[in-house]
Amino acid sequence: MRKGVDIYGKLDWPTIFIYMALVILGWFNIYAAVYDETVSQSMWDLSLNSGRQLIFIAASIVIIMGIIIIDMRFYEAFAYVAFGIILFLLILVPIVGKEVGGNKAWLGIGSFGVQPSEFAKFITALAVAKMIGTVGFRMDNLRNQLMLFGLIGLPMVLILLQKDTGTALVFTSFIFVFFREGMSPFLMVVGICAAFIFILTLLIPNQLYLHGAIIIALALLIIFGKKKIKRISVLVVGAVIVMGVIESVDYVITDVLKPHQQNRVKALINPDADPLGYGWNVTQSKIAIGSGGFFGKGFLKGTQTKFDFVPEQSTDFIFCTIGEEWGWMGSFVVVALFMALLLRVIFIAERQKSRFARAYGYSVVSIFFFHFAINIGMTIGLFPVIGIPLPFFSYGGSALWGFTVLLFILIKLDAHRGQVLQRL
Amino acid sequence: MNEGRKEILQIIFILTGLVFLVKLFSIQVLDNKYAELADSNAILREVEYPFRGLIYDRNNKLVVYNTPEFDINVIRKDIKDFDSAKFCEVFQLSRTELRKKFQEMRARKEYSPYKPTLFIDRLSNAEFARVQDHLDEFPGLYVQARTTRSYTTTALANALGYVSEVSKGQLERDKTKIYKQGDYIGQSGIESFYEEQLRGKRGVKFKLRNVRGIEKGSFKDGDYDTLSVPGKDLISSIDIDLQQYGELLMKGKSGSIVAIEPGSGEILSLVSGPSYDPNLLTGRNYSSNFVLISNDTLKPLFTRPLMAQYRPGSIFKIAQAMTALQEGVIKPDTRIRCDRSIIGCHGNHSNEDLRGAIENSCNPYFHGVLRRMLNKGISDDPYEDTRIGLEEWNKHIRSFGFGSNLGVDLPNEKGGLIPNVAYYDRAYNNRPWKFSNIYSIAIGEGENLVVPIQMANFAAIVANRGFYYKPHLIKSIGEEGPLPQYKEKQFTTIDPAYFDIAVDAMERVVESGTGQYRAKLQDIIVCGKTGTVQNDPLPDHSVFIAFAPKDNPKIAVSVYVEDAGQGARAAASIASLMIEKYLIGQTKRPHIEQYVLNGQFLY
Repeated sequence: MRKGVDIYGKLDWPTIFIYMALVILGWFNIYAAVYDETVSQSMWDLSLNSGRQLIFIAASIVIIMGIIIIDMRFYEAFAYVAFGIILFLLILVPIVGKEVGGNKAWLGIGSFGVQPSEFAKFITALAVAKMIGTVGFRMDNLRNQLMLFGLIGLPMVLILLQKDTGTALVFTSFIFVFFREGMSPFLMVVGICAAFIFILTLLIPNQLYLHGAIIIALALLIIFGKKKIKRISVLVVGAVIVMGVIESVDYVITDVLKPHQQNRVKALINPDADPLGYGWNVTQSKIAIGSGGFFGKGFLKGTQTKFDFVPEQSTDFIFCTIGEEWGWMGSFVVVALFMALLLRVIFIAERQKSRFARAYGYSVVSIFFFHFAINIGMTIGLFPVIGIPLPFFSYGGSALWGFTVLLFILIKLDAHRGQVLQRL
Repeated sequence: MNEGRKEILQIIFILTGLVFLVKLFSIQVLDNKYAELADSNAILREVEYPFRGLIYDRNNKLVVYNTPEFDINVIRKDIKDFDSAKFCEVFQLSRTELRKKFQEMRARKEYSPYKPTLFIDRLSNAEFARVQDHLDEFPGLYVQARTTRSYTTTALANALGYVSEVSKGQLERDKTKIYKQGDYIGQSGIESFYEEQLRGKRGVKFKLRNVRGIEKGSFKDGDYDTLSVPGKDLISSIDIDLQQYGELLMKGKSGSIVAIEPGSGEILSLVSGPSYDPNLLTGRNYSSNFVLISNDTLKPLFTRPLMAQYRPGSIFKIAQAMTALQEGVIKPDTRIRCDRSIIGCHGNHSNEDLRGAIENSCNPYFHGVLRRMLNKGISDDPYEDTRIGLEEWNKHIRSFGFGSNLGVDLPNEKGGLIPNVAYYDRAYNNRPWKFSNIYSIAIGEGENLVVPIQMANFAAIVANRGFYYKPHLIKSIGEEGPLPQYKEKQFTTIDPAYFDIAVDAMERVVESGTGQYRAKLQDIIVCGKTGTVQNDPLPDHSVFIAFAPKDNPKIAVSVYVEDAGQGARAAASIASLMIEKYLIGQTKRPHIEQYVLNGQFLY
């Protein structure tokens, strides 16, 4: 009993409060998103998404208690085993899984389905943390780097096979963890630059402008920098590579991306080009959020989300309900809560004594950040439409439980951070 | 080695959050576009077209009513899985027609894939019944019900006018901004003149709807909704049975019949020959029918009773007589020799008094009467004397309602022409003119132009012994009675006492004069005057004005039949048949009716 009281006091309550706030707000919004005035069902009605979400929330409490009770050493010890199991399940999904909404990502147990990919996130996070935390693991070691990329690559590929590109892309967020743990920033910078150039290429119709800008920049760098042969040749090679990337954009767009993905990118650049076709989601989502004004239309008063103008309004596009019914104030509160969560988790990660726990903490923050940034970004037209949920807000048991487990393992590890020193 | 990396990540996260908040602020607070788009998404503005007012005849028989007609609108973004083969089958269209409909729809200026756009217009009740059950198979189709005009008879088309879609020019001229493209508006006749009373007021309902266009209740509990107000019903002064009879009589002839109730100025019938079936200018085939009718060389759309300006002929002699009596230049017993050397005459008479001159329609008599009027010797200069006399004469003649618009409640009324000094100065290019130049106006020929309704009104004036009410077709707007100007008595400049002489003379015309063969009725004293208007090289126009009964007259008629010869034949027959029909209900002279229907007046 003493131990129980102990751990209760050591839990990071600020994080838990933020979690609770997000989950409860999420539940209200799911009710609002599916609310139909003419039917007037209650929030608790189990035939509604909000009613079922309440069950998922209740189940989360059980899961949280389980996580707290289990010995903290379990998570590090069984990380690889769990990783193996989840890989097996991910292989199984395309074979025996059931198809929901075009994605074959569900494993059915009776009438109840779960998405292994949602759980793959925290299990991979554990595995990544364990690998980084291994004694003698060096971030600047190429072999270690390859092992890490293999670790995140495996589930990514398997999830891609389920055609769930969004969830697969979440695994790229581990780059932040690698960066924090000492991997050369080169990779991150190159990645961000490539994405930046890619989008710039799409935004600027005539690529000659881009090429011109690069050549001018190159000339300026050569003229005003040290005129060493090596520096100049590096700059020239770099410029040629960048221009090559620009030229490849068309190829990537037309040949690598699938038609619906191409359209999502096109919709990002110019949603007005076909507001009824591929621009529909983004256009309607922006209309819903944009019509909210400063204070919003009021709880259950939204028209765009309720009348199905916005697709997927209780899952991927749940933020539209917040934007429409609560306006900028509500959006501000939600963004602020997420900011608080992210910064708090960084704070927690930084105070960990073990590299495993810290790396895990950064995995948590990276995954949350990726979901937060991509999901809200797509609803307001800053990112292409990538179907991933907004943590704690989007309707769905698997997602809620996945995020809950992800967060609460960190809280559990954090509660025992003092013990790590004792063990050493 | 990893110094500052935490801060870099923190900065990335915070920047992302800030970028989101700024972007959200810009689309939610700064940009109103989205709120408007949301409204147009979810708020359906449903127009409720009012019922156009009905039109009844003077005996409360329904003449014009509304039947539903249906426009099929399309919201293109709502079209899903469009089965064009099925659609063609249901709507009985060919593939090419369907393609054309889509092209037309997209070509419309107001076309938007978000909003209902007109796709198929003016389905009749029967056509709509056929497609109604299939409509839900085609998401994106919406029905807009409104009404079109229908007519209980084929009569009265010219007076009623027609209703059609408001034209571009009309929209531009419409300062009130009441009309929207696609609205209907009265284009002629009563429909146009009483448009304001007939149209009613449109209602608007704001409804919430979801993305599939399914209604989700009213917007703000209907606070912004307005109810449509139906147009006012009109009670026409027309006797539709008499009108139909008149149209039957005018069949195959060009001309007009106007019958007026003298005591009120109410028009009992307004026949324009040839006419058209008003049902042709309603519904879907409006456009093609309109082209056919308006290209017809007989000009059925030309409302002759109001628009055809004719020389009045001998009926004008009554007005001359009244004017001369008022001016004191003749007395009833003044005799003037029938000197046929200046102006021709007909019949066997030589030296009549006024009544006899009217009875025999003596041309030289009235030549003499006009000479006395125009040359009264006020001035020694015969030219100046004529000018003074003509202005006096013109004033009196105009007081009968000749020479300017009567103010009938129909558009496009013509005023005719009664020449005055200024007119002849212009006509003679300021060269001098005197009585001998202009004497043909004495017998209703020459420069005089009169429209048939003025002739009927003139008959009414004589029937009333000196006054009239402006002729009008609508005796009551709803329950309100006629427009105020139709309640004002109009007086001529002639002493009422002189009219008894005219009445006596007109009685004698029918009793024993030019009208005795075809205008005389058994039980009713008809007072009339024939006119035969020269129309070289074609046959003369046949003219007759009449009223009956002599005392307390109930009906005044003018009949003008183009190219039909003597007034005593076609026009006198038709006028008397109209009087008989109105006063008795049917003719007791089938041979006269048959004579008119045969239409062989020239022999």
